[in-house]
Amino acid sequence: MGGLVSATSSSISPGIYLGWGDFTIQAGNLIVIIVMLVLFGLALVLPFPGGKGRK
Amino acid sequence: MSSVKEPAPDAEEAGTGAYTWTGKSRRWFLKHLPPDKLLPEDQPSYVASWAYVFGMGAVAGLIFIIASGVVLSLNGPQWYHVSSLGHFVNSVHLWSVELFFMFMVVHLWIKFWMAAWRGGRVLTWITGMVAFLVSVVTAFTGYLLQTNFDSQWIAFQAKDALNAAGVGAWFNVANLGQIFMWHITLLPLAVGAVVVLHVLLVRSHGVVPPLDAAETDAQLRETTTSEPDAEANHHD
Repeated sequence: MGGLVSATSSSISPGIYLGWGDFTIQAGNLIVIIVMLVLFGLALVLPFPGGKGRK
Repeated sequence: MSSVKEPAPDAEEAGTGAYTWTGKSRRWFLKHLPPDKLLPEDQPSYVASWAYVFGMGAVAGLIFIIASGVVLSLNGPQWYHVSSLGHFVNSVHLWSVELFFMFMVVHLWIKFWMAAWRGGRVLTWITGMVAFLVSVVTAFTGYLLQTNFDSQWIAFQAKDALNAAGVGAWFNVANLGQIFMWHITLLPLAVGAVVVLHVLLVRSHGVVPPLDAAETDAQLRETTTSEPDAEANHHD
């Protein structure tokens, strides 16, 4: 039961919100977007392992 | 009655059963999805790039989602809301979804900037788009199943939009049992079917070449040039 109560209370937290003027975004969402942009950039520039050995 | 000679039976029809729906289906599948296209042994050299990894990354994420989802659904909410192992599998399910969506979005961006609908691949692009949309709906029903204040908030924000669209009676976000069934039966089947179709279309048409390698793509070459001997380059 104690576990249930703590699980419930932990989900009440509103999370961290960042804002610039009218623009507001939750920190978790911002992190996910930045990670996707970084993955996109790295996929274009990083060499693929074993790629040179192939025909 | 008359002496008109009947035409000799078509050799194919006589031997292959092409007049039955099973025979016709087999011929259609062998023509469009021959085994060497379904399970190729090699790919063009430009596929050795991180840009070609994210689609299969999303499929790997989906496999983890389905496997963890099966475990969650067989054990039930009383298990995954309370026990340590249940929490862990629940978290695996959530983080697989996070990775699935991140990989799918990066895949979408890369394919958009490659104009991946070239060379008769329009249906591949459309099924990918449908897969994304159905996945969003499936993930939405998953958020509703957290049975916490977040899910209650999300449900009661969403119900107004769904009622305004006229589907609230059939897709009632305030009905937890109904949403649970959508989440574990119909929507996973829809996501799975669309993703399978998407992957089959990729296999059937081949992966799209980079923009500057378009002349080595058999299907693009057919529509743009009539160079006869470029085929030899395709699998090298």
